[in-house]
Amino acid sequence: MKHIIEEESKYAASAKAFRANVTRDLGNEELRSNFRGAMDYLMDKRKGAFSSEDELEVLREQCKLIKQRCLAKLPHLLEQLEGNLEKNGIKVHWAETITEANEIIAQLIAQKKGKSVVKGKSMVSEETALNDYLEERNVECLESDMGEYIVQLAKEHPSHIIMPAIHQNKKQVAKLFADNIEGFEYSTDVDTLIQQGRTVLRDKFCQADVGISGVNFAVAETGTLCLVENEGNGRMCTTIPDLHIAITGIEKVIEHLADVPPLLSLLTRSATGQAISTYFNMINSPRKPGEKDGPQEVHLVLLDNGRSQAFADEELRQTLQCIRCGACMNHCPVYTRIGGHAYGTVYPGPIGKMISPHMLGLDATSNLPTASTLCGACGEVCPVKIPIPKILLRLRQESVKPKSQQPEVMKGQGAGRNNVEALIWKVWAQVHKSPKLYALSMWGLTRFRFLMPKKLGGWTSVRTAPKPAAATLHERIKSKQSQHGRG
Amino acid sequence: MQQLNTQHLRDYPKKPKQVYLFGTCIVDSFFPDTGMDAIELLEREGIEVIYPQGQSCCGQPAYNSGYKDEAKAVALSQVKQFPLDIPVVVVSGSCGGMMRHHYLDLLGDDPEINNFCQRVFEFTEFLVHVLRLKPIDQGPKERVALHTSCAARREMGVHITGNKLISQLANVELVIHDYESECCGFGGTFAVKHADISAAMVADKSKHLVATDVVRYVSADHGCMMNINGALDYQKQSLRGEHIASYLLNRIKGNSSKGSL
Repeated sequence: MKHIIEEESKYAASAKAFRANVTRDLGNEELRSNFRGAMDYLMDKRKGAFSSEDELEVLREQCKLIKQRCLAKLPHLLEQLEGNLEKNGIKVHWAETITEANEIIAQLIAQKKGKSVVKGKSMVSEETALNDYLEERNVECLESDMGEYIVQLAKEHPSHIIMPAIHQNKKQVAKLFADNIEGFEYSTDVDTLIQQGRTVLRDKFCQADVGISGVNFAVAETGTLCLVENEGNGRMCTTIPDLHIAITGIEKVIEHLADVPPLLSLLTRSATGQAISTYFNMINSPRKPGEKDGPQEVHLVLLDNGRSQAFADEELRQTLQCIRCGACMNHCPVYTRIGGHAYGTVYPGPIGKMISPHMLGLDATSNLPTASTLCGACGEVCPVKIPIPKILLRLRQESVKPKSQQPEVMKGQGAGRNNVEALIWKVWAQVHKSPKLYALSMWGLTRFRFLMPKKLGGWTSVRTAPKPAAATLHERIKSKQSQHGRG
Repeated sequence: MQQLNTQHLRDYPKKPKQVYLFGTCIVDSFFPDTGMDAIELLEREGIEVIYPQGQSCCGQPAYNSGYKDEAKAVALSQVKQFPLDIPVVVVSGSCGGMMRHHYLDLLGDDPEINNFCQRVFEFTEFLVHVLRLKPIDQGPKERVALHTSCAARREMGVHITGNKLISQLANVELVIHDYESECCGFGGTFAVKHADISAAMVADKSKHLVATDVVRYVSADHGCMMNINGALDYQKQSLRGEHIASYLLNRIKGNSSKGSL
């Protein structure tokens, strides 16, 4: 019983937290305008990146099939990836939980007596809260992606998976730099800001003991780690320090090298509208004898953290097709309004609503799948054609089904079930499947329409209440037919 | 760039003698004029309209809330109401999408269900692709905006058919509002469960519609209009939305239309 009470209060707390975040961020006009402006820009860029809708559609279908093929063979490809990486001299580590991943990384750093880490952008390391973990162990972590660097200086978390600091405008960044960077010459010019930030980072690259990066595609047949980036910081992190640790989710493995070009092309165009990113790194091994640069050691940490739960269900598995382009959030009318932090999860927006329940359990996230109008803008732009609204619907079903119902598909299933709501839907179904009961309820609604309350909760906080008609369409048609002598 | 949506491509039948009308629960209880106007419009084209009295709701409210069994029971009861092999014309893109696409998932791919889904047509889709309606506009000169519901747009292609019908009206200028394809924030129970996000969305949608300076906007879905008109009324704006069935009928008859709330 105590266990149940704790579970329910945890859920209530998190639903409450989401609501509080939403209220806070909806009321922040500067934040709202930062997001609206940025999302408009990103939507435009994407639109301009494809020559025709046919081209886009062909590419999307192709990339969906690639990811589905790779997921269908996931266990085999992971083994093949491990074998080929090890052959190339890259050590592979498996982590089921975020704690395991952090422990592995901390240990690798400790073995090298590392004190400072420079990081390329990695959402998986955000997932494990790696910076906090390492800093507690006196290892200094510096984010080297400009957006991540801004977010780290501000002691915040990324609000977008591609553009971590998109919630800040240039004035806010200028103030942040002025408060935190010694010798900063005040400017709100974006190029000047970035240049000054880069100067700070440049020194750090050379001093760091360890470089940590993410991975966009891990190629099984060749044992290659692919890294997409625009700033060159990813290349610095993976070539200058003696130890390079890459961390990624198990779903990033792809079968063939030939799968890379279409995925890469669709990733950059969907994300930022770029035909290709400024840098594309393909890492095959540590430094070889005679080579002048590159790390002495390269490691890959493969993280599960709930992904195998999604994998086990054929429909939910499609969640793992995601290549993390961020187009779903760029086009999401809810994300555009509330921004990335309100979600309270590492991954915001539609992809966050789909993947977070596997990572954190539906008990902590059951309010996320419902925070969507199911408008479908996300599914329409998803480069790998994940049927996002359908998956959100499925998560809603898992969330409201009786807790006892077997088999258990997800951690925390049934956490969103509310007995009153469940009863209402039961009665609703009885009424709507019975023509007699339905006619009776409509008769009541229209005859007693004067009883319709003027206030209907949140609905009437910005709208007037709708008014039932004096007679239903059923009745109007019946009386029309009897007038024509046909009733 | 318009998104290519292959699910809109379908074989359309020849003009039938009879059709069923699915009125939807919102039209039934709140906006019966829309249903009557849709029937009149179809009858003017020489089609007999059958309205099964046993119909109620497509089941979407429960389906979207995650109550699949409840949605299934209601959906199945609706399929039974439309046994003849004639088109089922639905005066909502959202309910039409539910019945055409989601019933297969919900009720299983059996021949009876499949046949039913194949017979479902959204109202404007039916006018354009089956009736090939060329409305003769008798109304006064005016400008209107068009709001297409998201399900109607993405599942039924109504933004194309709605646009086509209005563009054929000689005296009507169609004005495109900013963020035309963006959701109005209704989303059924979303508007109640996440009322403040919904409020922010409908505030923007109504602002963009008002900014066009039209006297009315037209839509094929009363769900969205209940949301947008309710917000416009609350804001004491004069702009109102009207269902495209009523709007077209009034234009053809030369009446000035009114907008519904």
